[in-house]
Amino acid sequence: MLIVAALAVWIAGWALNHWLARRRERWVPLISALIFGATLLLIWELLVRGLAVPAVILPPPSAIAARLADPATQGLLWGDFVQTFVKGALSGFVIGSGAAFVVAVVTDRSPFLQRGLLPVGNFVAALPIIGMAPIMVMWFGFGWQSKAAIVVVMVFFPMLVNTVAGLKETDALQRDLMRTYAAGYWQTLLKLRLPAAAPFIFNGLKIASTLALIGAIVAEFFGSPTRGMGFRISTEVGRLSLDMVWAVIAVAAVAGSAFYGGIALLERAATFWHPSQRER
Amino acid sequence: MRSVLPVLTVVAAILVIWYGAAVWLNSAWAQDRAARADVELSLGALVADTLSQDKPKLPAPHQVAVELWETVAEKNVTSKRSLVYHGWITLSATLLGFTLGTGLGILLAIGIVHDRAMNNSVMPWLIASQTIPILAIAPMIIVVLNSVGISGLLPKALISTYLSFFPVAVGMVKGLRSPDAMQLDQMRTWNASRSQAFAKLRWPSAMPYLFASLKIAVAAALVGAIVGELPAGAAGGLGARLLAGSYYGQTIQIWSALFAAAALAAVMVGLIGLVQRVVLARMGMVR
Repeated sequence: MLIVAALAVWIAGWALNHWLARRRERWVPLISALIFGATLLLIWELLVRGLAVPAVILPPPSAIAARLADPATQGLLWGDFVQTFVKGALSGFVIGSGAAFVVAVVTDRSPFLQRGLLPVGNFVAALPIIGMAPIMVMWFGFGWQSKAAIVVVMVFFPMLVNTVAGLKETDALQRDLMRTYAAGYWQTLLKLRLPAAAPFIFNGLKIASTLALIGAIVAEFFGSPTRGMGFRISTEVGRLSLDMVWAVIAVAAVAGSAFYGGIALLERAATFWHPSQRER
Repeated sequence: MRSVLPVLTVVAAILVIWYGAAVWLNSAWAQDRAARADVELSLGALVADTLSQDKPKLPAPHQVAVELWETVAEKNVTSKRSLVYHGWITLSATLLGFTLGTGLGILLAIGIVHDRAMNNSVMPWLIASQTIPILAIAPMIIVVLNSVGISGLLPKALISTYLSFFPVAVGMVKGLRSPDAMQLDQMRTWNASRSQAFAKLRWPSAMPYLFASLKIAVAAALVGAIVGELPAGAAGGLGARLLAGSYYGQTIQIWSALFAAAALAAVMVGLIGLVQRVVLARMGMVR
């Protein structure tokens, strides 16, 4: 019965979105995204109940929501969030992307170094750097410092490659124009090349933002104090209380989306002039 | 070829820094041991000791190279101590996941490009889905699937699939939309059907985007397979090797597993680059 209901929900959501897609108002994409999300959650709930899936395999969304609403859980999750996201991911993100930015600006003055650094950086960016997590835990201990360290290493090369590519974005005509204005190196950098590089820099920051949270969480699998999202996930899986695990995942997903969204908003504010920001 | 010398310079600089760091990080332990044995270490002896410890904080490059040589070339490939054996376990999961992920990504992209409702509803969730740190819940997926009797290659491959479908889907959406309005209008004036426009215009012009995404996807698939091997009880693979090394403080083993993983990633990305060059050349799209 519930399975039939799930099927009905799916068809209803699908039909509703198709009906909405013919309209061209601004709010349509937002609403249809919400409808799709709600449909998914409803189908999940109905299928889990209809097929009698045990809660140790996949808890229904209502159980997860109940877990999230519990004040005791909220306190625990807040502690995990501060430990993993604020201390580990955020500090690593700031240090790593900041360092990459500085290195990119410095190497920008030497074409020789650039030609060497870009291929190596591109290469390193494709490697499974996350494997360094156990090494970082050995070097910097179980605390948040080792998590920040792995995040620094993970975000450094994507950020470096993007910034270096961005600094090359201006063409000879624009640089010549700056020279005819008698602009020095720093003036050219600040007023012409960094603004031109901004879309690339923000691209690097966006990539880094998703890497940061993942790095901080996975590093906790190799040892952590008794709090943190990675610690919570691995211990609660061991105790088979999957509703708690999913609650942590929900927090991580919201935190990650908010982080990415925040950078995207900053990007829109800072690079509003760029063609990629125009309406399709 | 202009960049060979600069690249070599950068690599040489990295090696120098690495050796320096190895001496610096490992000297504490060497000094400690010397102090306990009541001997004064000369600089030469100190350097020699830091570069040849059994469980160094940072193994020197040549130690990693020796370990790699021993575990790749000198061990029988079926031996559990052979990196080829572990590498193959990881590689097979990676390739299965990569294939599934690429197929899924392309299908999704085709749906999104051709169906406005799907674009409105699925695309935002596709992006949001990537902010779920799937790597973080990979161990859970493995444990849970194991409890329902699915174990071995498939769970790891599923994580690889999840990680690799996103770059492919996003790249293909961009690629399938890359023909401009003029070209699409031209197809219309020729009375081409939607499927003809797809096969003759959209699909070929998406090829450069596809290959760029495939390179990212294959690297992501490898990371997924490695993290999928982290839960204790994984029978083998580079991830299990990393975890075992971290349990027993075998730093040289960790670093050699890391390098094996890096080499795997590099080879796969290189292979895709090769296919890309051949395919694009035959399509007359070489820049």
